[in-house]
Amino acid sequence: MGIKNAQAGTLESGDILVRISPNDGNGIEINLDSTVAYQFGAQIRSVIDSTLRELGVDSAVVYATDKGALDCTIRARVTAAAVRATGRDVWND
Amino acid sequence: MNTIYERAALVADAAQRMGKHVYSPGTAGKITEARLEFQKKSPKLATLEEAIRRSGLTDGMTISFHHHFRGGDKVVNMVVDKLAQMGFRNLHLAASSLSDVHSPLIGHIRNGVISRISTSGLRGELAQCISHGLMDEPVVFRSHGGRGSAIASGDLHIDVAFLGTSSSDPLGNACGYSRSPNARSICGSLGYALPDARYADKVVVITDDLVPYPNTPNSISEHDVDFVVEVDSVGDSSKIASGAIRDTKNPRDILLAQQAARVIENSGYFNDGFSIQTGSGGASLAAVKFLRESMIEKGIKASFALGGITAHMVRMHQEGLIDRLIDVQSFDKVAAESLMTDRSHKEVSSCEYASADEPGSAVHYLDVVILSALEADVNFNVNVLVGSDGIIRGAIGGHPDTAADSALSVIVCPLLRGRIPCIVDEVTTLITPGSTVDVIVTEYGIAVNPARPDLAARLREKGMNVVGIEWLRDKARSIIGRAAPLPFGNKVVGVVMNRDGSVMDVIKNIEPADD
Repeated sequence: MGIKNAQAGTLESGDILVRISPNDGNGIEINLDSTVAYQFGAQIRSVIDSTLRELGVDSAVVYATDKGALDCTIRARVTAAAVRATGRDVWND
Repeated sequence: MNTIYERAALVADAAQRMGKHVYSPGTAGKITEARLEFQKKSPKLATLEEAIRRSGLTDGMTISFHHHFRGGDKVVNMVVDKLAQMGFRNLHLAASSLSDVHSPLIGHIRNGVISRISTSGLRGELAQCISHGLMDEPVVFRSHGGRGSAIASGDLHIDVAFLGTSSSDPLGNACGYSRSPNARSICGSLGYALPDARYADKVVVITDDLVPYPNTPNSISEHDVDFVVEVDSVGDSSKIASGAIRDTKNPRDILLAQQAARVIENSGYFNDGFSIQTGSGGASLAAVKFLRESMIEKGIKASFALGGITAHMVRMHQEGLIDRLIDVQSFDKVAAESLMTDRSHKEVSSCEYASADEPGSAVHYLDVVILSALEADVNFNVNVLVGSDGIIRGAIGGHPDTAADSALSVIVCPLLRGRIPCIVDEVTTLITPGSTVDVIVTEYGIAVNPARPDLAARLREKGMNVVGIEWLRDKARSIIGRAAPLPFGNKVVGVVMNRDGSVMDVIKNIEPADD
């Protein structure tokens, strides 16, 4: 699926800023900067990865700056960024 | 005849029996200079370098500081820079607390000027580096009451104390405020500096307002002071109300504050003449505002408010709702000014405040204390020092002292901070033992220590949402998932002392995060 640069989220406490850009068919690459990296880094990466794959995105570079967001917030921000990146509105289409 | 000449033999005889010399008038005449001029030549006046030299400080000794200027402190960095310049090595820095502004100490630890630290807390970059294993010797953490006890008992022996003050006369009568028109700073109470002033071998008072003798009423007495050093600035008073102290607008903190106030109102201790202390967290400070409304409504007055005194407490005192203020540390400028002008606003040393050894210390006569927490566990143990990421980021303060000695200790703590659970199986570091904690207030419910069934019954009777502490832990876990274990190493970077002088816990180093 073709994608362009897009982002969603904020740097507020409890939120996550997700930026997505193309990766030329080289899979999903996640760069995570998180205030809770020690305890939840693996979990956050897994939520980002599975959310993208469920939306049909299997190649992208993701820069995520996390300020302690819960999983539901992470899924929402990743979904919004993916919708903007792919142009495919998963809520209406 | 009975003249002094004839009594000379008897005088000599009396002197011999007492092991004394016979008086001789000597040759030095009277000093006739006018005293306003004469006091400017006080033998105690010195530059910082002279004071250090004349104090007899040598490598390996213990130097001490107070933290009444909090984030605005300039004394620690100024003095340690000078000590480094003068070539001192291996010093033990015993501060009442350290914060973000003290990151220059990192360099002084690396170059061997400072090799040991004792403190109540650590924050910022210094705390982070120490958590990652910067020092060979672990930092020794004590509560404020514990530090007072340790200094008084000799457990913590101070060779030279460097005490920043907002005014001093040339003899060393000094205060945390100045009544002169040249006042440059104000910190209010010098409570944490008073044990140092009393028990240190040598005391250097550092001031940014040298005023004429006598600087009374005084906090530190000239009797305890060896040197007086005048400098441009000892601290930035505008930064006192920074760090842990803030006036919250966070709706969750306000909800927690409301709940804490209701717990106190229904606890059985909310009676005329009760006494109260609040910690420095946003919610515990805000709880006072709600209590004030109930006190007015029910016609209840407090006999005293203790501890870190805030503008809220001062206002309630001025309104007649709190009879006396007992102040070990002024948390803002309003409190500092009140201490200067109001005789019912009493300054106390950390010993008189919270020492376990002093039967008269104020915490023993405290009904209610409201405290915050980084984490609490299912055994009601509380941690206020080490973050859930394993990095030191707080201060013990008076937390364990007030929790242990008050009639009712109320911990106010959100269930989660972002993704960090605050009610856990076991706290990262044990600071306040669960046996001293009575109630934990969260936004999801109130947990009462099983040791206090009386309290649980009273709160339930009033329709409050009393829940099990395990239920809170499970609730937190259901929202955030399970945290991976922290990558602690095997080096001990901190030792936590109990207020009775025993060792209670240790803090291990933690690897820097990859991400």
